[in-house]
Amino acid sequence: MPVILATDLIIYAVFLATVFLAFSAGRGDGYLKQVWRHIRKDRLAVASMLVLLAYGGVALMDSIRWRDPVVAEDGKMARTAEGEKIFSAEPLSLLDRALSGVKEKTEKTFSAPLARRLFVKETMEPQDGKAVGAGLQVIRDYPPLKYPGTHLLGTDKVGGDVLFASLKGIRTGVVIGTGTTVIIIPFAILFGVMAGYFGGVTDDVIQYVYTTLSSIPGVLLIVAFMLIFGGGGYEGGLVTERNLLWGFFVPGDRLFWLCVIMGITSWTDLCRIIRGETLKLRELEYVQAAKAFGVSRPRIIARHIVPNVMHLVLITLVLQFSGLVLAEAVLSYIGIGVSPQMGSWGNMINTARLELSREPAVWWNLASAFAFMFALVLPANIFGDAVRDALDPRLRMGRR
Amino acid sequence: MTMTPVVEVKNLKTYFNTPEGLGRAVDNVSFSIERGRTLALVGESGCGKSVTALSIIQLIPRPQGFIAGGEVLLNGRDIIPLGEREKRKIRGNKISMIFQEPMTSLNPVLTIGSQITEAIKLHQGKSSSEARAKAVDMLEKVRLPEPGRMFHEYPHRLSGGMRQRVMIAIALSCRPDLLIADEPTTALDVTIQAEILNLIKELQREISTAVLLITHNLAVVYRNAENVGVMYGGKIVEMAGVKTLFRNPMHPYTLKLLRCVPGMEKRGRMLDTIPGTVPPPTEFPEGCRFSGRCHREMEGCGTIEPALSEKENGHAAACHLYDPEFMNKPLSRPLLALESARPAPVNVPHEKRTTILEVQDLKYYYPVKKGVFKKTSGYLKAVDGISLTIKKGSTLALVGESGCGKTTAGKAMIQLLKPTGGTVVFDGKEVTGMTPRGIKPYRSLMQIIFQDPYSSLNPRLMVGEIIEEGLKSLRPEMDGKARREKLSRILDMVGLTPDMMRRYPHEFSGGQRQRIGIARVLVVDPRFIVCDEATSALDVSVQAQILNLLKSIQRDFGLSFLFITHDLSRVEYIADEVAVMYGGKIVERGTVEEIFSSPKDPYTVKLLSAVPRIETV
Amino acid sequence: MLNYIIRRVLYAVPIIIGVNLLTTLLFFYVNTPDDMARKILGEKNVTPALVEGWKKEHGYDLPVFVNPAQNGIGKVTRTIFFSKSVPLAWLDFGKSDRNNIDIAYEIKDRMWPSLAVALPTFAIGILVNLTLAMGLAFVRGTYLDLWGVVVCVIMMSVSTLFYIIGGQYIFGKLLVLSPISGYDTGGYAAKFVILPVVVGVISSVGSGVRFYRTVYLEELGKDYIRTARAKGLSETAVLFRHGLKNAMIPVLTNVVVSIPFLFYGSLLMESFFSIPGLGSFTIDAINAQDFAIVRAMVYLGSILYIAGLILTDISYTLVDPRITLE
Repeated sequence: MPVILATDLIIYAVFLATVFLAFSAGRGDGYLKQVWRHIRKDRLAVASMLVLLAYGGVALMDSIRWRDPVVAEDGKMARTAEGEKIFSAEPLSLLDRALSGVKEKTEKTFSAPLARRLFVKETMEPQDGKAVGAGLQVIRDYPPLKYPGTHLLGTDKVGGDVLFASLKGIRTGVVIGTGTTVIIIPFAILFGVMAGYFGGVTDDVIQYVYTTLSSIPGVLLIVAFMLIFGGGGYEGGLVTERNLLWGFFVPGDRLFWLCVIMGITSWTDLCRIIRGETLKLRELEYVQAAKAFGVSRPRIIARHIVPNVMHLVLITLVLQFSGLVLAEAVLSYIGIGVSPQMGSWGNMINTARLELSREPAVWWNLASAFAFMFALVLPANIFGDAVRDALDPRLRMGRR
Repeated sequence: MTMTPVVEVKNLKTYFNTPEGLGRAVDNVSFSIERGRTLALVGESGCGKSVTALSIIQLIPRPQGFIAGGEVLLNGRDIIPLGEREKRKIRGNKISMIFQEPMTSLNPVLTIGSQITEAIKLHQGKSSSEARAKAVDMLEKVRLPEPGRMFHEYPHRLSGGMRQRVMIAIALSCRPDLLIADEPTTALDVTIQAEILNLIKELQREISTAVLLITHNLAVVYRNAENVGVMYGGKIVEMAGVKTLFRNPMHPYTLKLLRCVPGMEKRGRMLDTIPGTVPPPTEFPEGCRFSGRCHREMEGCGTIEPALSEKENGHAAACHLYDPEFMNKPLSRPLLALESARPAPVNVPHEKRTTILEVQDLKYYYPVKKGVFKKTSGYLKAVDGISLTIKKGSTLALVGESGCGKTTAGKAMIQLLKPTGGTVVFDGKEVTGMTPRGIKPYRSLMQIIFQDPYSSLNPRLMVGEIIEEGLKSLRPEMDGKARREKLSRILDMVGLTPDMMRRYPHEFSGGQRQRIGIARVLVVDPRFIVCDEATSALDVSVQAQILNLLKSIQRDFGLSFLFITHDLSRVEYIADEVAVMYGGKIVERGTVEEIFSSPKDPYTVKLLSAVPRIETV
Repeated sequence: MLNYIIRRVLYAVPIIIGVNLLTTLLFFYVNTPDDMARKILGEKNVTPALVEGWKKEHGYDLPVFVNPAQNGIGKVTRTIFFSKSVPLAWLDFGKSDRNNIDIAYEIKDRMWPSLAVALPTFAIGILVNLTLAMGLAFVRGTYLDLWGVVVCVIMMSVSTLFYIIGGQYIFGKLLVLSPISGYDTGGYAAKFVILPVVVGVISSVGSGVRFYRTVYLEELGKDYIRTARAKGLSETAVLFRHGLKNAMIPVLTNVVVSIPFLFYGSLLMESFFSIPGLGSFTIDAINAQDFAIVRAMVYLGSILYIAGLILTDISYTLVDPRITLE
């Protein structure tokens, strides 16, 4: 029984868009091909793109999920009185299933990466000869792991695999990084182009709206919004009938609302940029020529304005990505981000931040969350620069 | 009398590393200039004139550009091997430079005074007060009003011409041995252009400095230089005294260049053109750089490079035509009759034509908003009541300096801007005040061709889509097949091939783009076309191709043109009638002959006298 | 100039009204006062009478936007929106929902610790970033410049949380150079302030240096720089005398707008380092779901933002002679 979250749709949309862009960059001799030729020359950017694609692949795997039918004790499918199959409450994604071995092999508590024993001493019965020889009934020692060699990056406080938790954080990071912009793109284009092209009262109203929105401190707007809308929806983990629409669709998970509100706070920038560009384009000669041909305004906007602001949309998408991934961690730390049931690096950092002050310090939880985040943000920054350079030579910046 | 030259450039080579490969922007260039004399380097864009200038003053943009060889001797001393500190002592002191763009060449946040005293203090070791006195003196010399006040002014308060005067003041404040003027008047209006060139000449005489004048305008060369070097493809292809060169051009490129320039004496004939476009420095051909475009090309021109050598007394050319070894070689292409031998189509005598467009008291005002609530406090009268008539099949030129309202007037005539007042009658029907629906049939009849070949084509559309747009909008009844047929017919007519329809604008040169712009307009069968500076952004040789094209389509379609331009040589060549615009009003109207032979309005007189002319051809 | 400022202030009025409309909508319409009362009083043993009493006490018993029970002007004035928005004009923020503390008093009290951390972070940050950026611009095109930019990109890819946690671990726990967190008044504040300032500056270096470098290099590509070189000026004179003042213009847009926010503090820094400023005040309010305080902070934030915009425009006139405000 498939389960689709609203945020899954974002991942699917980004996936399809990537396939489309790759396809159109590969054939013909249009604009995208030029852009790709430019990016291709930069080996670092290409390497970064591969890393991003790998992250995207994990996020996609983690966004295809379904619920298994419950198998009754007699080995048959459990059914309701009406004869319908009963499904488990926990939807498992492809990623969960692929790594089920690691996921289910939990230890008791902390263990260091690749350790053979737990990180914390326990009172236990001696198991080998020398302790017996010393005449002790019980000793305090580091107990051996149940599954030594399984946990490459160690385990956390409740014995969960850190590598698995970090991998689960990928989907959240990618959703926040792309979803926020994806959700707002239609609105930013619509309002930005309208404000720039029509001017007058339309422009005044739209400018008023975005000045008002941007004058509210972003974090507080997010806080207010999340306190009010964030609760009650699906927060990850088990699904209930209350969350489901049509039996498989989860319309508003908490992560989705987070994307929406972060989108609203960052919408203004893109809208302002598009408005400015439209103002310039409106006066350009090819738009004037179209007017002289009596081409209707909607058609001028669709053919001459929108295609020529799309590069700004793409630039914004890649440049905002890294900032948004970093912001998610901060919001989760403040307690208004992703719910703890849905894995995220912010939550990992939040639960692990006091572990450094233990004696000896437990560092791998934090280190792994930061490393996974860094390994996403750094390529995103490098690739973002390359995309911007290729799309808009006027804004050339950073590495050359 | 022989004098030792102030500057001697020997075998200068300046190359650039570009993503497309090594660009030999300046390749083996030699010349010298004597004290008090002016050498002009002339050529189309991309021929290496500006790079030569920057090489002399040692300001080649690094690290892409580098001097690959040669010497620059200043008073006998090679300055290329000098250290940066030594070079700085020369820059602004012994050699100084004026640039093309006066609007951006001055620092916007420093006062005029401080930008002049900077160089004086640095090179002459003067105290602040001495430098100040010297700067005010220089401001007076370049004839800026109220030099004392000007000293404290910021650049943004000055017009382009005034800023160029400030640049001259800076450049000449240390009495340099050599002044390099890189297209000093290209960005200025023609009346200002003459004043600035005269000023340079006068000050040159006063301090007897040598001047290297870089320009693409042959007439400017004729008026302002003693010697001239014609550059093409990073090389000097011909060098002579100005009079000699214009009387007897030896290199085919020079010859063609002179014949490309439109003018009164070429009326009634087609202009000569040079096929193709100037290649970029990374794609210069083997052998003679002009091979491939030359009408006198012989076997061997494409492999053996001709050297610049003196052919007659003081007249040097780099061409195999004068090479004894090449004397009997056959031409690689048959020698075609010069296009200028062909008469231009004869139009219907002027008096017999009927009127196509009648403009009465046309006004276009921009509101000026002020105050707390941005109330409209006044109007900027861009077009202030102009009246004119255009006859069928004829060309009216609307001339005037930048900002006089000529473009606004043109757009208001074809209802691209909604006029504030007045009437426009097209072929007997008043088109002012029509609804968007009512005006639509007239959209195909009245069209416009724009100046900038880059911003006039949408970069995201294929050429076919661009040209088709007007048809789709104005002839919705036409089916795809008919449209395609029409398109290929028009493309052929403007000199483009049908396979170009599936390509994007960035793949085309400026001239080709302008052809696309013309095709886009022709395809809707207009009767009246506004040509808004349609050839101003093009090189002379390409401009000639486009002017010829415009002439022939005028004949073939019986079109009427409103030719908006600031360049009077084009007016003389192409127009039947002229209207001179100044400050939003038309100050004088008449036929080309009337206006050019006996102008009445003082502004027209000033405008005409400011135009530099070549008298020998 | 005065005319311009008056116009800007007048223009701010509809924006501030808009902000209040939005917060009122969020806090009183989507989330009703009854919800708030139940949350504050505790979900379990709450009676309708208790809820009504709490609402009356906090002035939440009125309709949100329009009061149909009143006549004339009272339809608009006797509402939550009006009664909660208008006093904001004279910075009367009312009392908090939970402990009935005077919010305005609390803000006045807590903005100084915020300033003590934010001001040095801001000033030192700009100084360090600009200096490093100009250094990179001076050696532009060399390997030093290339690696400088690479380091910047790496530094800006690291989460702020990492800098904070790492800073606390290294300076506070390993080296014991400074207290991990906390605050004291007067001169004793310095030792508590140092670590957050250092962490704040370091976390801003990556993006800051890169941005300033770009702005600066863009200026250096302009025509007037070529003119300055053609005069024979030294590279230092070109960079400082001609480049810097022009580069300051785009820098100002980014910098001046945040000056008023120095009072506002940083949620993250203050909560990690236990600075009793406005940032931690806000965090506590969020955790306690005290919407009166959150609303006050939203209002304060938008006023500071508008002040920042006006300040930016004024600062332009100081460095750019082309701009006059009228």
